[in-house]
Amino acid sequence: MDNVGIESRWVEVGAVDDIPRQGARVVATPRGDVAVFRTLDDAVFALDDRCPHKGGPLSQGTVHGHAVTCPLHNWVIELDSGTARDPDEGCVNRIPVRVQDGRILLAMVA
Amino acid sequence: MDTHMSPRQKLVVVGNGMAGMRTVDELLKRNPLKYDITVFGAEPHVNYDRIMLSSVLAGEKDLEQIVINPRSWYEENGIELITGDAVVSIDTTQRTVTSASGRVVAYDKLLLATGSRPIAPPVPGLDLPGVCAFRDIADVNTMIKASQTHKRAIVIGGGLLGLEAANGLLRRGMQVAVVHLMGTIMERQLDKAAAELLQRELDERGMNFFTNGQTEEIFGEGRVQGVRLADGREIPGDLVVLAIGIRPNIDLAKAAGLTINRGVEVGDDMRTSDPAIFAVGECVEHRGKTYGLVAPLWDMAKVCADHLAREDAVSDYVPAAMATRLKVTGIDVFSAGDFIGDETTEEVVFRDAARNTYKRLVLRDDKLVGAVLYGDAQDGGWYFQLLREGKPLGELRDTLIFGQAFATLASGAPAADPTAAVAALPDTAEICGCNGVCKGKILGAIAEHGLTTLDGVRARTKASASCGSCTPQVEQLLTLALGDGYAAKPAGEKPLCKCTSHSHDQVRQAIVAQELRTMPAVMGALGWTTPDGCHVCRPALNFYLLVAWPGEYVDDQQSRFVNERNHANIQKDGTYSVVPRMWGGLTTADELRAIADVVDKYAIPTVKVTGGQRIDLLGVTREQLPHVWKDLNDAGMVSGHAYGKALRTVKTCVGSEWCRFGTQDSTGMGVKLERMTWGSWHAHKVKLAVSGCPRNCAEATIKDFGVVAVDSGWELHVGGNGGIHVRATDLLCKVTTEEEVLEYCGAYLQLYREEARYLERTAPWLERVGLAHVKARIVDDEAGRKALHAKFLYAQKFSQDDPWAERAPGKAAAAPFRTLATVE
Repeated sequence: MDNVGIESRWVEVGAVDDIPRQGARVVATPRGDVAVFRTLDDAVFALDDRCPHKGGPLSQGTVHGHAVTCPLHNWVIELDSGTARDPDEGCVNRIPVRVQDGRILLAMVA
Repeated sequence: MDTHMSPRQKLVVVGNGMAGMRTVDELLKRNPLKYDITVFGAEPHVNYDRIMLSSVLAGEKDLEQIVINPRSWYEENGIELITGDAVVSIDTTQRTVTSASGRVVAYDKLLLATGSRPIAPPVPGLDLPGVCAFRDIADVNTMIKASQTHKRAIVIGGGLLGLEAANGLLRRGMQVAVVHLMGTIMERQLDKAAAELLQRELDERGMNFFTNGQTEEIFGEGRVQGVRLADGREIPGDLVVLAIGIRPNIDLAKAAGLTINRGVEVGDDMRTSDPAIFAVGECVEHRGKTYGLVAPLWDMAKVCADHLAREDAVSDYVPAAMATRLKVTGIDVFSAGDFIGDETTEEVVFRDAARNTYKRLVLRDDKLVGAVLYGDAQDGGWYFQLLREGKPLGELRDTLIFGQAFATLASGAPAADPTAAVAALPDTAEICGCNGVCKGKILGAIAEHGLTTLDGVRARTKASASCGSCTPQVEQLLTLALGDGYAAKPAGEKPLCKCTSHSHDQVRQAIVAQELRTMPAVMGALGWTTPDGCHVCRPALNFYLLVAWPGEYVDDQQSRFVNERNHANIQKDGTYSVVPRMWGGLTTADELRAIADVVDKYAIPTVKVTGGQRIDLLGVTREQLPHVWKDLNDAGMVSGHAYGKALRTVKTCVGSEWCRFGTQDSTGMGVKLERMTWGSWHAHKVKLAVSGCPRNCAEATIKDFGVVAVDSGWELHVGGNGGIHVRATDLLCKVTTEEEVLEYCGAYLQLYREEARYLERTAPWLERVGLAHVKARIVDDEAGRKALHAKFLYAQKFSQDDPWAERAPGKAAAAPFRTLATVE
């Protein structure tokens, strides 16, 4: 379960159409950059923009299915869970996302 | 236990080569406690795989990779190894050996494995520096060193060994002449037809053959300068490699009074005339025959080990039919048994000139007795198995020539599966001829040790660990045992990625044949298992579609790798490097000033001159990119595509405009080539160079397309690269005008675009399709060349837009570089 409670707030960061299909954009936050992905089927996901392997910017990777391939060493990260696909092991922090009337909202820790 | 054992006997082995150590290995398997073992080796190395020296010479393996038994093996097995100290005498009455350094070691049993020596022709000049044999690591080092400082090599001997030496030297960038006494090469392993095909192919690779050539003199002052033949022909050369054959090394045995003839005579039990002394390998003569191939040595090692292990052993060495393969990358040659035949034999011949394949099977009394395969030797193992079994062929005869897969199919069994061929073999079928490993042993090892890789099988069974030519069969056995759990097939045949079962070539053909014009169309028509592919297939499909449908297919930015999407090279910290184009390596004060201003303005941390004669700005952030580009654009500079599977640079020397030696305007030629080719997308990066004279300061002969000016025009060189495996170019042809240079270059690049598999550089592509094919398309076929060139220019109409200008700040295409939002 996404823990969106009193410590979190929903913050609007832009429109779904600001992100190309099979692409991502970067949102700057006090905790570091967040990558917001849009898949071919218009699902939206957000992960910390740091690959668990060597910190590569996942926002610049190749988006396929509900996964992204890191541009530095081709680790494949599942967008819905933030976990690395076999044989690699690792996990990246996932940020809850909501889409309302074509606008994207991220759950930011207050 | 130990107290009840009889005292250990003392075994001394003279010779640390393959036959000697295999015998020790086999002996340890049978009885590890019987002997204290001392091994003398004349070479200062541990035991290595002599067969693989040609791969070391060709640059495909290094010395560590060919070590069979490392020092730790000797230590673990309690073997005393004495290297670099040859045994010089044997006292058969006292049962001792004495080494060059004066060491005296007693033995109960002595094993001679002294191998062979290269035969030297009886001609003057053998002592000149630059003359060597092709026998040991020292010879290979001599040859490698010569290839770095000298240009021309002469190999005397056009047999198996000579051709592998010649190929290695060619791969190391030397011009190679091969002198052979007979009219056709490899006459001991090939029939005339196959030998001629082989000679033609090697000739096309750049070997110069002097057949019917009897060497009369090796001449030179201070160093070898060439070879003179009996018919008066003179061949210049700075390195001469003697590879006319080998002769058993019998000096020691002879001096000890053992019975010798051409080799050390042994009985079927591998014992010499002295019952305490055994001999194995190339030094022996068994029933009047001597041996130079590895497979019989393994059989000898087993028999000898039997008799060393047990006094009452009964095994006998029986010579078996032998098979040979040539280890020259990209050339498939196989022969076995009695491939010449006589009046009692019949032959079945299959020849496909277009595919350059030739097969000849020799039959006697409905049995296969010999085979020669050229061009497609996949079925070599199967034929060899039939030959050794010696069973009547019966109905198999009708389809025999078409190979195992077809023959099995014709017999009614389902054989669409490529592993069906090995599946049909009995467990006793020999897969690895070098090491005598049969199918059952390999499958057993896979099951027992849970092996999943080729290296695992090699480590456990030694199959495919020597010459490597049985690798496809071993891989098929892995597939047979593991099913989909094993996936390591040759690049062209294996699926493009996990989303599809189709290979690169199949996908490309389908795009054109079925007129598939978009990525979803390709994935739909070919049954992709994922909705939108993956990071492996999408860039490949994008490239294939771009080449197939220029001006029509819309380049899919989201399917491009980050560097090509962001038009800069991503670095380890997520920043980028920016390289503006410098046409032919030329720049101006204004450009340099503008670059300096950009460096100051954006506080770019590192500025570096690249190997491609340009300037690299490193440490630019994603958000800075469009701004940096705009400033460079304003000063007249455009993207250098230093980040793409694309035309990178055209490196030039200053040429006739300034240079004392320049014969043509190489800089001007380079600029024209870069103007024509910039912006073109390829299967991999492409680098060009133009040198103004044969001194070749622009290093054109390690480029994908290199041009070297000579007095009378331009030499065009193709298929070179630096990188992990350096490959020097092949000469495509010589042309006279600048227009021709441009036409040939455009046509060549278009052919590469249309035929190469994604991420295959020109060098491996050229080796795969063959220089002859490229010459036929580019040099011989004028209309075809012009058509290819026109296609290249047409595609360029849609690719020569500066990607930096298109992404100027404020333009929609610059949006992805901006941060979408900043959350406080």
